[in-house]
Amino acid sequence: MIRKLVLASLMAAGLALPAAAQNFKPAVIFDMGGKFDKSFNEAAYNGAERFKKETGISYLEFEVTNEAQRTQAMQRMARTGGGGMGASIVVCIGFAFGTTLEAVSKEFPNTKFVIIDSVVNQPNVQSVVFREHEGSFLVGMAAAMASKTSKVGFVGGMDIPLIRKFHKGYEEGAMHVNKNVRVLMNMTGTTPAAWNDPTKGGELARSQFSSGADVIYAAAGATGLGVLQAAKDAGKLSIGVDSNQNHLHPGSVLTSMVKRVDVAVYNAFKSAQTNTWKPGVQSLGLKEDGVGYALDSNNEKLITADMKAKLDAAKADIIAGKIKVTDVTAK
Amino acid sequence: MTSGGVGKAPAWVDLALVPLVNLVAALIVSGIVVAAVGQSPLQALEVLVTGSFGYGEAIGYTLYYTTNFIFTGLAVAVAFHAGLFNIGGEGQAYIGGLGVGIACLALGGILPFPLIFLVAIAMGAAFGAGWAYIPGWLQAKRGSHVVITTIMFNFIAAALMTYIMVYVLIVPGQQSPESRGFDPSTFLPTAKQMLGWIGIEIAASPLNLSFLVALVAAAAVWVFIWYTHLGYELRVVGKSERAAVYSGISPDRHIILAMAISGGLAGLVGLNEIMGVQHRLLLNFTGGVGFVGIAVALMGRSHPFGICLAALLFGALYQGGSELAFSMPQLSKEMVVVIQGLVILFCGALEHMFRPRLERLFAKPLPAKA
Repeated sequence: MIRKLVLASLMAAGLALPAAAQNFKPAVIFDMGGKFDKSFNEAAYNGAERFKKETGISYLEFEVTNEAQRTQAMQRMARTGGGGMGASIVVCIGFAFGTTLEAVSKEFPNTKFVIIDSVVNQPNVQSVVFREHEGSFLVGMAAAMASKTSKVGFVGGMDIPLIRKFHKGYEEGAMHVNKNVRVLMNMTGTTPAAWNDPTKGGELARSQFSSGADVIYAAAGATGLGVLQAAKDAGKLSIGVDSNQNHLHPGSVLTSMVKRVDVAVYNAFKSAQTNTWKPGVQSLGLKEDGVGYALDSNNEKLITADMKAKLDAAKADIIAGKIKVTDVTAK
Repeated sequence: MTSGGVGKAPAWVDLALVPLVNLVAALIVSGIVVAAVGQSPLQALEVLVTGSFGYGEAIGYTLYYTTNFIFTGLAVAVAFHAGLFNIGGEGQAYIGGLGVGIACLALGGILPFPLIFLVAIAMGAAFGAGWAYIPGWLQAKRGSHVVITTIMFNFIAAALMTYIMVYVLIVPGQQSPESRGFDPSTFLPTAKQMLGWIGIEIAASPLNLSFLVALVAAAAVWVFIWYTHLGYELRVVGKSERAAVYSGISPDRHIILAMAISGGLAGLVGLNEIMGVQHRLLLNFTGGVGFVGIAVALMGRSHPFGICLAALLFGALYQGGSELAFSMPQLSKEMVVVIQGLVILFCGALEHMFRPRLERLFAKPLPAKA
């Protein structure tokens, strides 16, 4: 009897929900790294999960495994009827979706689309880009301040403009602290396999350590895990990327350049659900807390009060426009 | 001939029954795996089949994938016939795509479509052939094993393409290393457009004219291998280099030639991907089709007809696999790869598990020797 009552009240509660909320179907399409890459895609996954937990609304998802699936997945998500999922908002994780989204967004003018890391100018697309060079500038400063050898390292993933943007910001940040600092730089590879090669990441880190570097910034997806491990093994310092990776090797990870893809995904879902979603470009940098350096109980001993004061001052200067960080991708 | 033993089994056992039994075995094992993660194998099979052949769009996608696999399967098969194991289909397809892309970028809007089409075919084939020529030459003249060199050339192709996309052809100010979009006059007509011309309505899909090119290529390879002098000589070299020398055939020349033809066929993948679907040059459009081509050629017994069927199977697995990921999100993309892998395992690597038994079962006994 009691069970029946509970059931009935649950059903009543279900019916009482506004129809719009029940029909609200958010969707997310992950890039080839997969949703459990401990970095970029996983941040997006965490944002979607947070939305699900808070609102109880489940979301549709797909991980692409080849180029043709980009269009296919977007169309399947957006279409209503004919095997379509009828998603209300489709969030595409990664710049590689840019060109296909340009075409698909025109096909489905009534569906909301969001793209991370790229700009698509369509009336139903919101483009979220991050000013990674600003966050990289700060961790570059931290690296130069923590370095005793005046040599710091950078291990990039795949050699593409986006990663060069990380490198340039990092280099400028390091130079900002110490004009004589040397920044060693290696890219892991030229194919997407470079995002997922921790062994090679470790090799590159070891070679940079033996050339005298004592802090290395890894902007390389899962490859960076090898860099962090190598730093731990050598008793040196590393800097994580995208997600807060301080907890991976407490005491060895100096800080992480966090990129809040999770917040971007969560905000996209949330704003679409509450009808406050707007198309256009959203640029997230230090000012919007879209990027930053991670400070928590795992690295509080590594970042001294003096370092923190300098980092915060530089952060304020970048926000105020007093320090200009070069964005190599802006031509 | 052996005396009093068993003779050969009828051809249909070799060409149809054995692959079918292998396929069924693979599906049964896949079913067990699916059941082990708590999903219904029958539902998964249904999604796999309807997802690849159940409706117009699905068939279009299946045949679009099939197109790539026919090209790379034929590429591997031609090299096989000359006794060469071309692992470099991936790199040759990549560089072939570059050739197609350059043709489209340079000639779009300048020449009429039929001419661009011919130039693109020639460029794709020439670039792919050129990329395979070098390992072929190294094998013939220097004895560097073609397996090793073609694998190395896959990496060189990837590095070269990245360099070209990142530094040369990228649209300035853009994140993604992609070239500008091609002129619409270079787009290959899709199946929807072509059938529309004769009044048949079908669903939109990436399937395009290159599918017909693939079928023509399959027919051409069949004629070439079995009905030309050169094809005969290739097969002699493949069976025995010494016998080839003895009969006045130069193995060196034929090794290089076989590799070049092989690379040219792989290069035509670019026609489908670059000119037919993406309409721009980008990184990684090949996505492993060169490697799948090896499985396709093995399963198709290096015969163009078998290759077309095997390519269709792999096309269905690709499209049905992505449908699985949509309809049954509990089956992760890794599970889909496991199922595809099992099919390759049973049809390729475990080829000989059922074959001897089945052949013995259906073999006609030979009359005892007097």
